[in-house]
Amino acid sequence: MTRYPPEGQPPDIIIRVVCRSLVPFIQLFGLYVVVHGHSSPGGGFQGGVTLAASFVLLALAEGRGALRRHIPLGALNAFASAGVLLYAGLGVVCLALGANYLDYGPLPFAEPRSVGMLVIEIGVGITVMAAMLSIFRDMLEF
Amino acid sequence: MIGSLDVVLLVLSVVCAVAAVQVRDLLASVVLLAAFSLFMCLLWTELGAVDVAFTEAAVGAGVTTVLFVITVYKTDRVSRD
Repeated sequence: MTRYPPEGQPPDIIIRVVCRSLVPFIQLFGLYVVVHGHSSPGGGFQGGVTLAASFVLLALAEGRGALRRHIPLGALNAFASAGVLLYAGLGVVCLALGANYLDYGPLPFAEPRSVGMLVIEIGVGITVMAAMLSIFRDMLEF
Repeated sequence: MIGSLDVVLLVLSVVCAVAAVQVRDLLASVVLLAAFSLFMCLLWTELGAVDVAFTEAAVGAGVTTVLFVITVYKTDRVSRD
């Protein structure tokens, strides 16, 4: 297969401009999907995959080195762990407030169950995004 | 009306699945798999499982296609068996 971008040449200007201008809209949509996960189709997993796909598109447009330059592996690992920590941590907070694990009832918000689900979705979204990106990055580096 | 749409989507997805297995060029196979994902996504939507359809569109057509393309790029484009 022919390489893209060709050896020693910058990426094509049309592909770069189109992909770079699409990326913010995809990311906004991903955030929308994560945040509205409890009331409409979507959720943490789908939103995280959409966010990861935006970075994959950026990497495809800019060439192989872009992902390595912009997103260090340590940051991906940290994000993947932070999402799990957010998920499990909310469960522990619920335990500390006297309820069951992940029972959002006693959280100090006006609508505790909605807020609890939102935090869970954000945690799942962060972890899925980081895991997908690190799979993609490892496959590129292999 | 909606029943015939079901039949069309099912036939198209079966055609894409069989073609993806039969074709020799692995890059074409990956593209056919993405098309299969698209038809499955439309089928899930038609059945009312919007959440599953969303996952199918994001994962099936989006991420796995990219991963398969990278795999083909790293290995070999033509199937030999």
